[in-house]
Amino acid sequence: MSLIELHYDVPGDDFTRAGEASGSVKAQLKKLGFDPGVIRNVVIALYEGEINMVIHAGGGEIDVSIDPDQIRMVLRDHGPGIPDVALAMQEGYSTAPDNVRALGFGAGMGLPNIKKYTDEMRIDTEIGVGTTMYLRVDVKN
Amino acid sequence: MKVREIQDVLSARIICGEEFSDREVFSACGSDMMSDVLAYVKEQAVLLSGLVNPQVVRTAEMMDMQCIVFVRGKQPDDSIVSLARERDIVLMTTDLPMFASCGMLYEKGLRGGAIR
Ligand SMILES: Nc1ncnc2c1ncn2[C@@H]1O[C@H](COP(=O)(O)OP(=O)(O)OP(=O)(O)O)[C@@H](O)[C@H]1O
Ligand SMILES: [Mg+2]
Repeated sequence: MSLIELHYDVPGDDFTRAGEASGSVKAQLKKLGFDPGVIRNVVIALYEGEINMVIHAGGGEIDVSIDPDQIRMVLRDHGPGIPDVALAMQEGYSTAPDNVRALGFGAGMGLPNIKKYTDEMRIDTEIGVGTTMYLRVDVKN
Repeated sequence: MKVREIQDVLSARIICGEEFSDREVFSACGSDMMSDVLAYVKEQAVLLSGLVNPQVVRTAEMMDMQCIVFVRGKQPDDSIVSLARERDIVLMTTDLPMFASCGMLYEKGLRGGAIR
């Protein structure tokens, strides 16, 4: 068991609400007194993942486990899955349609950003079943 | 550069957060693609964007950016303004387009940051 465990349902039909979970995690981490740099790494990665869930997978669930030395996140969706993860990880690769681009997303920078801001990133995905992303950010002194 | 100087340079109108106009901003980032903004690392930056939706405020929130300038006279709706208010983020709007806005702030000494 971690010090604190948080759970969020991310609705897939309301883009305007995307980011509520990440914002709530940010507030919690701030209250707990985590370093601002650590908080930023966590919430940027989480926010990119949350947005991906909404724009690519019809929503999902987020679990966050907070410990003094590390923050772990699990993002699970039941979307279409990612056919080629290595390709999806490349900067600039995006399948986002024009309507998503008009909302300011679809640069193909989300997954590379997540990689940069986390200490561990693992993607389990199956076509037609969904995608689960495991993220960890270490608290370094 | 203080928030009020940004307002002056861009002849911008403050939409909310007037009480924070003494805030110092050390760098700027101009983009309509939020993931490009999220790749940007600099402390206390101002975000310039021609995009108007709640995710612009969310993106600023995640990045600890405390001031957003909407270019080309874009006006955020009430839900966006209240999202910014709750987060103590200053919103302003300028009639200038993105290129001119960035150029004028650059001329006054504001610089961009590195993409990490
Ligand atoms: N949860 C997901 N389910 C299905 N496909 C996904 C998921 N997350 C990412 N992808 C696929 O991987 C691609 C790359 O994702 P990434 O987040 O890097 O870019 P993007 O979301 O298209 O654009 P950006 O993140 O810059 O707004 C997406 O375009 C999409 O095809
Ligand atoms: Mg993305």
